[in-house]
Amino acid sequence: MTDKSHDPNQMTGAAMIVRALIDHGVQHIFGYPGGAVLPIYDEIFQQSEVEHILVRHEQGAGHAAEGYARSTGKPGVVLVTSGPGATNMVTPLTDALMDSIPLVCITGQVPTHLIGNDAFQECDTVGITRPCTKHNWLVRDVNDLAKVLHEAFYVATTGRPGPVVVDVPKDVQFAIGTYHPPRKSDVHVSYTPRVKGDAAQIRKAVALLASAKRPVIYSGGGVINAGPEASKLLRELVEVTGFPITSTLMGLGAYPATGKNWLGMLGMHGTYEANMTMHGCDVMLCVGARFDDRITGRTDAFSPGSKKIHIDIDPSSINKNIRVDVPIIGDAANVLGDLLQVFKAEAKKPDIKPWWQEIAKWRARNSLAYKKNNDVILPQYAIERLFAATRGHDTYITTEVGQHQMWAAQFFGFEQPHRWMTSGGLGTMGYGLPAALGVQVAHPDSLVIDIAGDASVQMTMQEMSTAVQFELPIKIFILNNQYMGMVRQWQQLLHGNRLSHSYSEALPDFVKLADAFGCVGLQAIKPGDLDGALKEMISVKRPVLFDCRVAALENCFPMIPSGKAHNEMLLPVEATDEATAAAFAGGKALV
Amino acid sequence: MNQPASAYFLEDRHDPNETHTLSVLVQNEPGVLARVIGLFSGRGYNIESLTVSETESQKHLSRITIVTTGTPMVIEQIKHQLDRMIPVYRVVDMTLTGRSIERELAMVKVQGRGDSRVEALRLADAFRARVIDATTESFVFEITGNSSKISQFIDLMRPLGLVEVSRTGVAAIGRGPEGM
Repeated sequence: MTDKSHDPNQMTGAAMIVRALIDHGVQHIFGYPGGAVLPIYDEIFQQSEVEHILVRHEQGAGHAAEGYARSTGKPGVVLVTSGPGATNMVTPLTDALMDSIPLVCITGQVPTHLIGNDAFQECDTVGITRPCTKHNWLVRDVNDLAKVLHEAFYVATTGRPGPVVVDVPKDVQFAIGTYHPPRKSDVHVSYTPRVKGDAAQIRKAVALLASAKRPVIYSGGGVINAGPEASKLLRELVEVTGFPITSTLMGLGAYPATGKNWLGMLGMHGTYEANMTMHGCDVMLCVGARFDDRITGRTDAFSPGSKKIHIDIDPSSINKNIRVDVPIIGDAANVLGDLLQVFKAEAKKPDIKPWWQEIAKWRARNSLAYKKNNDVILPQYAIERLFAATRGHDTYITTEVGQHQMWAAQFFGFEQPHRWMTSGGLGTMGYGLPAALGVQVAHPDSLVIDIAGDASVQMTMQEMSTAVQFELPIKIFILNNQYMGMVRQWQQLLHGNRLSHSYSEALPDFVKLADAFGCVGLQAIKPGDLDGALKEMISVKRPVLFDCRVAALENCFPMIPSGKAHNEMLLPVEATDEATAAAFAGGKALV
Repeated sequence: MNQPASAYFLEDRHDPNETHTLSVLVQNEPGVLARVIGLFSGRGYNIESLTVSETESQKHLSRITIVTTGTPMVIEQIKHQLDRMIPVYRVVDMTLTGRSIERELAMVKVQGRGDSRVEALRLADAFRARVIDATTESFVFEITGNSSKISQFIDLMRPLGLVEVSRTGVAAIGRGPEGM
C-alpha cells in the first residue's frame, strides 16, 4: 500500500479550493468571511498567490467581481458564507446572468448532516440560485470537489458566459480527499457549446450582405464577450463592407465612437439616426445582441422591411423576440472571421451611397442636442466635460442605473472594448461603485470612474470603505439632481406628473461623507467650477466622491415613447410639454 | 389601445397555441428535475403532463417526457432553453417528428352494485381495461392508451360510481429502428 500522507494531492477541501483557484490562474478574489467558510479563509491566510479583497457587503463582492471580469475577460471569483452571505449574492448573480458575465461564486454551507435542518445561517443555496446561475453544484463528497471546481470554471467561461455557484458544506471543507488538476473529463459530456458557425448559413449571410442597398450592422455585448479579436474583426467587417454600424448599451466600444460609420447607440434612448437606420434598412446583421425590449420598441413594427441575419452563441436567443431569416449559431469572433473570409473572396462592397445620404439627413437632426446653460450644470454637459478631461488617460467607466447611465452612454465616447461596465439586462442600481472597485483591482494604474446618480450610489456606498482600505483610487462622479431621475421622468410622462417617492428628501452631504470615509470629497455647483474640479479629481491618487450638482428637472432624450416604433422617436428639441403629452397620448390610455 | 401606462411595450400575441410532446434525455443527478420544472414555472410555460424515470441506470440517464402548449415561437424557445441546460443531452420534439407513439397508464376505482357494476365491467372490457383489484362493491381498472382514450374511459365511469383516478402522465417513443 502506498503511504497517502506524502501524496501532495491529498488535502482538505478548503485547501483544494485555494489550489483550484491557483490552477485556474486566479489572482484576486472578492469576499466576506463567515462561519461556514472559515476553513477556506484559514487557507487563504496561509498563502500569497491569491489576493483577497474584503468588501463591506456580499453584493459589493459580486459586482466587484463583475467589473473585474468585464474589464479583463477573465472570470470574476467570489467567496461568501452560507445563509445571508449567499442570499446577498442573488442580485449580482442575476445581474451577471442577464449580461453574460463569467463569475465563479463559492459559498459556504452548513455541515452536510445539518442540511435541511434549519440550522444557523442555513439556506437552500442551490435552490435559491438555480434560476440566477448558468449552473450550480452542491458538493457533498470531498472527492468530487476538484472535478466540480474545474467544471465550474469551464462552464462559467465557455459558450455564453455566465455565473456559477459551488456550494461547499463546512464538513467537506475540513475533510481530506484527493485533488487533481483540471482535465477534460471534469465536464458534463452533455455540455457542448457551439463555437463554429454553419458554413452554408454564412454563405447565405454573405449573399444577403452583398446584395444590400440599405444595410445596417447592429452589434451587442456578445462581441465584447468574444474577446478583443471579435472587436477587431467587427471593425474590419465595417471597413470591408462600408456599412453603417450601431450598437446596444452592452456593446459600446466594440466599434470606436470616432469611427466614420458609427451611428451611436440604438434603442429607447439611442440616437435618431441609429433607430431610423434600423427601421428603414433592407438587410440587418445582428452580432451578439438579443433584440431586447429596450432595443426593438414595438416588436410588430420593428424594422419591417428587412432581412435579418443573427449571429449568437446561444440558440435560445434566436427567434425569441424577433423572427430572423438567417440564424448563425456560434462564437462572434469565430463567425465574423469566417464571414469576412467568404465576403472578401466572393463579394464586393455594395454601392450604398444613397443610403448614406439618407442617413446624413437623420444625423443632421442632431438628436443629442441640448440647450446650454451658464447658471446650472446640465448633466449632458457634465459628461461631455468629464469625457474631455479624461482624454489621453487610460480610462475605464462604470455606471449605476438611470438617467445618468443613459447620458453616459450618449455623451461618453468609447474607443475600445472592455472599457464600459454597466448593468444592462437587470438594471441594478448600486452596480457601478463596487464594479469600479473590481476594475481598479485589475487595472491598478488606470483611471476608473463610476458615473453615478445620487440615488443609485447610496445603495452600495459602504464599499467606499473597501476602496480606502485597499488604496483603490476610484472616482465616483455623482450627477446629483436629488431625484431618482428616470423614475421621475416616467412619472412625468406616464403618471400625470405625480412624483410619488422619487424625490430624495435627505441626501447626505457627499463631501463630508467622503471625509468620514477617509477619501477625497469634491463639489461643483456652477458650470464654471466643473473643469477645475474634474482636473483635481483625476490628479488626486485617492478615492474621490465628486458631488456634481446638476439641473434637477432635466430629462433624458431622444426617446422612443413606449408602444411606439423606431421611426416615432421624440427628439429633445421637439420635447415641449405639449409634444411630450401628445406622444404619450393621454397618459393612462396608452401602451 | 386601452392598456395602462407602462415602461414596457405591451403587446397581445395572437398566434394560436399548439400542443407538443417533448422527450428530454438528461443526466440523472440531484436537482435535474427541479431545473426543468423551474424553467417552465420561471418563464411562464405550460406543463400539461410530465413523466420522469431513470431509463439507463449504468449511464445515469433519465428520460423526461413533457407535454406542453404554446405558440410556435414559445415551443421553439422551450426546446432551446431545455437544450442549453448543462445536464441535458438531447431534446426531441416528438410531435414534429410525426412518428411517435404516446401512451399513458391509469388506475381507475369504481364503486357500485347491481346494473352499474355490470355496465362498468362491460365498458372496461370494451376499452381493454383490466381488473386489478375487486371487492363485492368495487373495482380497480388498469387502462393503457393515449391520453384521450383514458379521459374518455374516465368520463364513462363517472356516472357508474367513479371514486378516484391515478394517471402516470404521457410516455412517448419514436417508431422505427432508431433511438432518440
